[in-house]
Amino acid sequence: MSSIYHALVDMVGEDYVSNQPEELFTYSKDLGTSEPKWPEYVVVPNTTEEVQKIVLFANQEKIPIVPLGGGMSLAGLALPLKGGITIDMKRLDQVIEVNEKGRYMVVEAGISQGKVTAYLHKHHPNLMHSEPGAPPAATIGGNLAIHGQGDLAHPYGFNSDMVNGLEVILPTGEIARFGSCAVGSGWFTMHPLPDLGLFLGWGGTTGIITKVSLRLFPFKKFREMDQFVVEDEELVPEILYDLTHLGLSEDLIAMSSEIPPLYDRLHHITINVTGDSKEELEFKRHISYDLTLSKYIRSGVGGIASVSQDIQRPQISKSADWKKGGGFEYVGSIMPVSAYPECYRRGAEISSRHQIPYTILGRVIGCSHGMMFSWSYAFNRADPETVRHASEALQETDELVMEMGGTIWKPAVFGQKLILEKMDNTTVQLMKKVKNLLDPNGIMNPGNWELD
Amino acid sequence: MALTEYKYNDIIHRCFRCGYCKFPTDWDDVTNCPAYARYRLESYSAGGRLWLIRAWLNGELKWSEHLANIVYSCAACKNCVEKCPLNFSDDIVNMVIASKTEMIEMGKVPKPVKDFLENVQMHGNPYGISARKRDAWMDGLKIMPYEGQDFLYYVGCEGSYDSRAQGAAMATARLLLKAGVSFGVLGSNEISDGNEVEMLGEEGLLEELAEKNIKQFSDLGVQRIIALSPHSYNALKNTYPKFGGDYKVFHYTQVLRDLIETGKLILSKRPKTRVTFHDPCFLGRWNQEYDAPRKILKALNGIEFLEMERNKQGALCCGGGAGNFLMDLLGGSDESPARIRARQANEVGADILAVACPNCLTMLEDAVKVEGLEKKIKVRDISEIICDSDGKNF
Repeated sequence: MSSIYHALVDMVGEDYVSNQPEELFTYSKDLGTSEPKWPEYVVVPNTTEEVQKIVLFANQEKIPIVPLGGGMSLAGLALPLKGGITIDMKRLDQVIEVNEKGRYMVVEAGISQGKVTAYLHKHHPNLMHSEPGAPPAATIGGNLAIHGQGDLAHPYGFNSDMVNGLEVILPTGEIARFGSCAVGSGWFTMHPLPDLGLFLGWGGTTGIITKVSLRLFPFKKFREMDQFVVEDEELVPEILYDLTHLGLSEDLIAMSSEIPPLYDRLHHITINVTGDSKEELEFKRHISYDLTLSKYIRSGVGGIASVSQDIQRPQISKSADWKKGGGFEYVGSIMPVSAYPECYRRGAEISSRHQIPYTILGRVIGCSHGMMFSWSYAFNRADPETVRHASEALQETDELVMEMGGTIWKPAVFGQKLILEKMDNTTVQLMKKVKNLLDPNGIMNPGNWELD
Repeated sequence: MALTEYKYNDIIHRCFRCGYCKFPTDWDDVTNCPAYARYRLESYSAGGRLWLIRAWLNGELKWSEHLANIVYSCAACKNCVEKCPLNFSDDIVNMVIASKTEMIEMGKVPKPVKDFLENVQMHGNPYGISARKRDAWMDGLKIMPYEGQDFLYYVGCEGSYDSRAQGAAMATARLLLKAGVSFGVLGSNEISDGNEVEMLGEEGLLEELAEKNIKQFSDLGVQRIIALSPHSYNALKNTYPKFGGDYKVFHYTQVLRDLIETGKLILSKRPKTRVTFHDPCFLGRWNQEYDAPRKILKALNGIEFLEMERNKQGALCCGGGAGNFLMDLLGGSDESPARIRARQANEVGADILAVACPNCLTMLEDAVKVEGLEKKIKVRDISEIICDSDGKNF
């Protein structure tokens, strides 16, 4: 056994370090189409201090390190592109504090989305966080490392807009805190300086997030999912503009999908409505349907597909089985809402070209300030030809996003290069300076956001 | 071994590794897969295990002792089956068992597995103890051999040999005697039911055991069976029909529940006691029997019943399934599932952790001791709890 292995065992204990082929194989694989990239060690620390020891050691030895959350990015963002140590963060999973009146909670970054939801449901039933559509095993820290968006995106924005403070281990091993917690004033605001943008959305290339203060929001007891449907995709931006003007929904999603047939060539707008009473729900329905969407119904171009359905956790993994093959990956993008029709048409064309049932979904971010638009491509893990098709479709979609003037959300390496090619040179140089300053030895998730 | 020969070749690749399989029903945490809770490496999760099995079958990975330990660390608790949202979920545990079968056919299994199976083959039990000592558990009890009574009381290996589980075997027998149930036992002629052998993938030995048991049952005219262990209950009820053995099989809690409800088993008062219940996987998730044990406990005078947060379909396995009560591939850590479960039982403030499975009984009692909780919480089989109340009657 190597000296590196023994050093890691000293830091976290023998049970939580491996350099055996079985673990290296497992952590070499992403759930999407990415080629495997093998780490040399896998380590599963339990505390911030253990993570710090690993980072200090890796920086001293100039060994690449890759922090891994739930592994749900699907874009290979936590694959060890240049080998080294994969740090599985999921044992940092404790709830540290919930401030009910201040509506925030402080958690360790490896905690799962499912655990946060369950914890709040049990102990603070008046509060909720913005849960992403990813499976519940996705982690809070991993989600923030890709900005994240969840089921409160319409009223409150990206998940990375809902952070009151961070604890981060810098690539050189120091533990830094950002927000009011940095001045010992609790975790209630992200201010003052410096801006958290040094770490949020950087895909673990500038540091390892170990603690997060998450903003929480009122959890309304009366909740329902309604769906409005139109055939003409051109109507979707207008309808979303109308609905966001009202500001009565918790979540707004437009989607079209070849499977199931009910969704094929139609555009279902999911409207999650909540309230503290049945009267409030009824009022919101009245405003939304009778006063706002009724014009589409009267003119025969739209209709109510369903009302008063339970709001359920999306089971996005089911998309992975559409080709009975256990795989799917999607391009996420941030687009203007007005781009929905073209995103749909051109995405469906790409899917058709690659013989993949199309799935196109857009979630409204903020007050129609943007849309997280995704194109999903299912593949059969056991059929290399379908994997190739999905991979090509993903790259074509990345190019489509840039061509349409959007930006790719949590891009894989291919998409990162496209963005950097178009990025203003001054911005690139600033990013480079930031990375070099924070990570002089280039150990943090190298291979992602390469600026040289 | 080539993938093309593997029984589940057409679905093994369909696991997405989304991780639903790690959770209990309420999303409380990612630690409801006992092997993943113990090791916290993705390789030990249900999805990680399936990906590794496929890689081995594909030739991407070679067999190793470590690979085999990962595969055999699956306690077959079916938490993954319960939580996986995909439509092949019923076969997740079957895929793991089939890979164990391949390893056995290649003669490549970890030593504890080899020892377990050899002992069952040679002695009819996994402990390697002489068959002559199988009836030692009933010393002092007036229990008749089975000679056509209404029920065969099938005790199973743990109840027969394990000194702690023998207490449950005796208590159940006493209650059946007290209620006037017509039953007999096989005594030293009893052999392993083969449930763990099946979970370990030894198809040949399972067939041999099933055929021997079925022949013995047929010779004796057995039609109705009361099983002490949920593992035996599962094998006799679900596996034996595949070999031509079709019996009316009951878990002992189902029989006791009926005896209580029909007034044939009168319960005495006991001092006020707070009791929680640990669902055995082979009674619960494998056979959907969640009510019988609870009905008994709630019928006991003086008992305050407390539910652990993870219960019924969402219960955390003790880690003893698929031979692990003896092979102990999940032991040796603060995060061993039995120790986590002992802490969960203690957290609800129970005086007694009730069980209805001899494997769970031994696993959890050991865990309570290791956790230093024995002064706070006792682990008792449901039959023992009833006998504790009625002790003076025996």
